[in-house]
Amino acid sequence: MSKVVIDALVERFPDAVYDAYVGVGGDDCAFVKKERIVEVCRFLKSDPGMLFDMAPYITAVDYLGQEPRFEVVYNLLSLKTNRRIRLRVKVPEQDAVVPSVTSLWRGADWFERYCFDMYGIRFSDHPDMRRLFMYDEFVGHPLRKDYPLKGRQPLVQEREVKDIYRGPGPATRD
Amino acid sequence: MASELDTVPVITTRRDEAQGFLQGLVSKGLGWARKYSLFQYPFVTACCGMEYMTVASARYDLDRFGAALPRFSPRQADLLIVVGTVNCKQAPILRRVYEQITEPKWVMAFGVCASSGGFYDNYATVQGIDRIIPVDVYVPGCPPRPEQVLDGIMLLQRKIQGQEHKLIDRKPLPVVGQTPTTR
Repeated sequence: MSKVVIDALVERFPDAVYDAYVGVGGDDCAFVKKERIVEVCRFLKSDPGMLFDMAPYITAVDYLGQEPRFEVVYNLLSLKTNRRIRLRVKVPEQDAVVPSVTSLWRGADWFERYCFDMYGIRFSDHPDMRRLFMYDEFVGHPLRKDYPLKGRQPLVQEREVKDIYRGPGPATRD
Repeated sequence: MASELDTVPVITTRRDEAQGFLQGLVSKGLGWARKYSLFQYPFVTACCGMEYMTVASARYDLDRFGAALPRFSPRQADLLIVVGTVNCKQAPILRRVYEQITEPKWVMAFGVCASSGGFYDNYATVQGIDRIIPVDVYVPGCPPRPEQVLDGIMLLQRKIQGQEHKLIDRKPLPVVGQTPTTR
């Protein structure tokens, strides 16, 4: 894959993007500083040369024993130019809050809720920061490496319909 | 010291025997009727559902055993077939469905996930539905062969035939809404 995207990114954000490399499968990869991720993503989405209009997958990794411990991985795809890029954001355990990119891609909503559910990484400015898969009574975050392998928790009662919180509802389209 | 009263229980026992004989006939008849008219409620959650379709459709044909009609309301069913993995978030729903089935009711655990959790030995999966509801027949396999399911149905029919059935069941109604069993 051409290095057009990554070169433009490093040129535009020399203090936010670092350690760019070509990953497995030829995708462009780069580390981004946590505070600048929304700014970098907005450039990638709206710049006429980039047009990364889709975030097919956002996930997290737990590198237990390393510092910083967590990492949020943004996989971006441009349907216009058929290019992909992978952004990696290091997240320390003490300050596991990342700026949300739901204002750019509505589809990032559930991915960020997934990261919160499974890894306990919070996303600031997220419209509905709840668990995605597990029930609300669940304690802990099961995909963390220090969650016990067979950490079973007691079964819960069925909820009354009036007690089910369904979130703030559909957001306005961007 | 012997008295004539000693003979009275013998007479009542004979009356009990006579009643028991009639009730036995009724019970056998009802058991025969019920074992050949199993109305199932398939609680299908996972890939075992494909195997359930094979069993229920023409090639293996559950209709030969009188268990042809899946009812999609638990109130019309009397055999709950739990097909697939049940996770902890879904456990209260399964319990609610079981409580909605009218008496008499039986439960079949279809596949190894419903029977014991299978290889999902983790935080999210209920380790066998018998932690939530009582189970009559376990069919192992991942997924089970249709022949195994037919074998399970026949075992269940034998079990139903051996159970006690009454025309009017005066046993107290079960209490619904109990707290789920904790593990």
